[in-house]
Amino acid sequence: MGMAILVNENTKVLVQGITGREGSRHAQYMLQYGTKVVAGVTPGRGGQTVQGIPVFDTVEDALRKIPDINTSIIFVPAQFAADSVYEAIDAGIKLVVIITEHIPIHDALRFVNYSKRKGVTIIGPNCPGVVSPLRSKVGILPNHIYTRSGPVGIVSRSGTLTYEISYHLTQAGIGQSTVVGIGGDPIIGTDTLEVVKMFEEDPETRYIVVIGEIGGTMEERLAKYIGSGKITKPVVAYISGRTAPPGKRMGHAGAIVSMGMGSYESKVKAFQEVNVPVARTPTEIVKLIKQYIR
Amino acid sequence: MRLLEYKGKELLNKYGVKIPRGAIVKSLEDIQTLKAMKFPLFAKSQVPFAGRAKMGLVRRVDTINDAENAARDYLGKVIQDYPIRKVLFEEGVNVAKELYISITLDRENRGYLMLASTEGGIDIEEVARKSPEKIIRLYIDDYEGLRDYMIRGVAQKLGLEGSAVQDFVTVTKAMYRVFTEYDAELVEINPLALTTDGQLMALDVKVMIDDNSLYRHSDISIEDSDYTTEELEARKYGLHYVELTGYVGIMANGAGLTMATMDLVKEFGHEPADFLDVGGGASEDSVKEGLKILLTDDRIKAVLVNIFGGITRCDEVAKGVVGALNEVKTNKPIFIRLKGTNEEEGRKILTEVGLKTYETAEEAMEALSKAITR
Repeated sequence: MGMAILVNENTKVLVQGITGREGSRHAQYMLQYGTKVVAGVTPGRGGQTVQGIPVFDTVEDALRKIPDINTSIIFVPAQFAADSVYEAIDAGIKLVVIITEHIPIHDALRFVNYSKRKGVTIIGPNCPGVVSPLRSKVGILPNHIYTRSGPVGIVSRSGTLTYEISYHLTQAGIGQSTVVGIGGDPIIGTDTLEVVKMFEEDPETRYIVVIGEIGGTMEERLAKYIGSGKITKPVVAYISGRTAPPGKRMGHAGAIVSMGMGSYESKVKAFQEVNVPVARTPTEIVKLIKQYIR
Repeated sequence: MRLLEYKGKELLNKYGVKIPRGAIVKSLEDIQTLKAMKFPLFAKSQVPFAGRAKMGLVRRVDTINDAENAARDYLGKVIQDYPIRKVLFEEGVNVAKELYISITLDRENRGYLMLASTEGGIDIEEVARKSPEKIIRLYIDDYEGLRDYMIRGVAQKLGLEGSAVQDFVTVTKAMYRVFTEYDAELVEINPLALTTDGQLMALDVKVMIDDNSLYRHSDISIEDSDYTTEELEARKYGLHYVELTGYVGIMANGAGLTMATMDLVKEFGHEPADFLDVGGGASEDSVKEGLKILLTDDRIKAVLVNIFGGITRCDEVAKGVVGALNEVKTNKPIFIRLKGTNEEEGRKILTEVGLKTYETAEEAMEALSKAITR
């Protein structure tokens, strides 16, 4: 079908860390949303069930029993999360969504590079996950916000801010194709540019919203790519952290201006140079999108 | 977190980096340990920020009495909310040349980056701005690691000769070990001095350790970091708190929304006093403790609470707000924007104690703006 990106009605999800508090709760929410959650893994808990979902000791066991698993979502605590990521990659799962927060950055660097060598897509860590409204949700985004599918693709470094912008878009009658929370850490599996490229290829997505923040150079690199003419769909952006002082980490580990890189001004300038409008407030995104739709 | 200078030096020295002879003084009783050292010494307050010399927090002492006076002046003093708990006394070094060297994360290329420069002793950001051509960059693959020939190449560009080249390899490899073994985000020696007798010595260092890795580094204490007392208190409740310089208190949920709220305050011509993120799925308790930090802050004239309930439930937030107001007597006006999950229940709880809620952050900020004078 090739509609929406990353997750759709064919997504069959394995939940790693399913017996934990967050894992079991969100397995339930995902089921309620309509996601096909087909298995869970917690070492030592094989044979149990959570919300009616069978639990296995290892990812390999789960795949042997349920071979059409194609996506894993990880809720395993930070100290053990890296191990779970390698387990999913080595078992052959091609999309791994890491919700876990506080994974050491050197661990993330290694498993992200490993995933690239193995051709595996990682979303996160420290992210809210992915939702293609009315089709499938692999993440912790609130179900009641994502009630309308439509032409807008969203890629974001933030959680709550994304829910807020999605909410306003839906209120204005504008649905979303896929919403991707890529995570707030300095090293992440899939960056803004990679997601925007996916949206460009997706026939359902007609407009792209980029929610960025200070720190790193992802937005600048995206702007450069847009400048090369390879993105034909309209892109609008919002960047948070205009008033953040340099050298201070603003909640997200990745939201820090250092070595003169990653400032608000540099990102806004990069976008403006390639005619990507930048909203002054989150709600202004809706107005900007409406101008294109009209 | 950023480690205090002495702790960073200790780690580097353990792996073979030479440092000036020194001793740590935590109380006046420790002064006697300085007797064995060669005066004059340099008394360096252990505070985790740049520009100590300009702030009068480093001084030369010629006698043991001088040293005692310096310790008395520095210890217990609070600088930018940070209490001085330790003073490092170091012997002087005869410097021929000052270099810069650091290893950091390369976010863009998902690897490590070594930076080196002949312009040591000044802030590298200043060098980057004024003469970027004087910064040598070396990309390091995290899997392949750092090899001697790469370091020799950097040494050559820095103009090092003779035995200094091998010494430079030793220094750099020690830095790399600290960087990888201690989960560092930055290991910086600035200046790295070439002494008149041809030795390489780390005069000042900056080591930043990934907070999330602390569970596997039992020899690193949070006492040796740049967290202020308030920030440490906030951490206990799972809050992300950063003190800023303004007067409008901010509490929101999620890092992005909290930053957006700061930006909105500025958009209305006011200055944010803090960044306080109660997190996604905040509990009544964390909201209560967070708001208490703001309500007891004398700099703050009014508080803006911006909650979009996704995972976070608005009724939990409302209970936390009421809880804080029950525990702290305040006349600071509070403007609350509450939207999302369990919004009705939350609004009801707040109305009962006479607090109004707003539909959008803009409306709440507009009301706040009218209520306070700049």
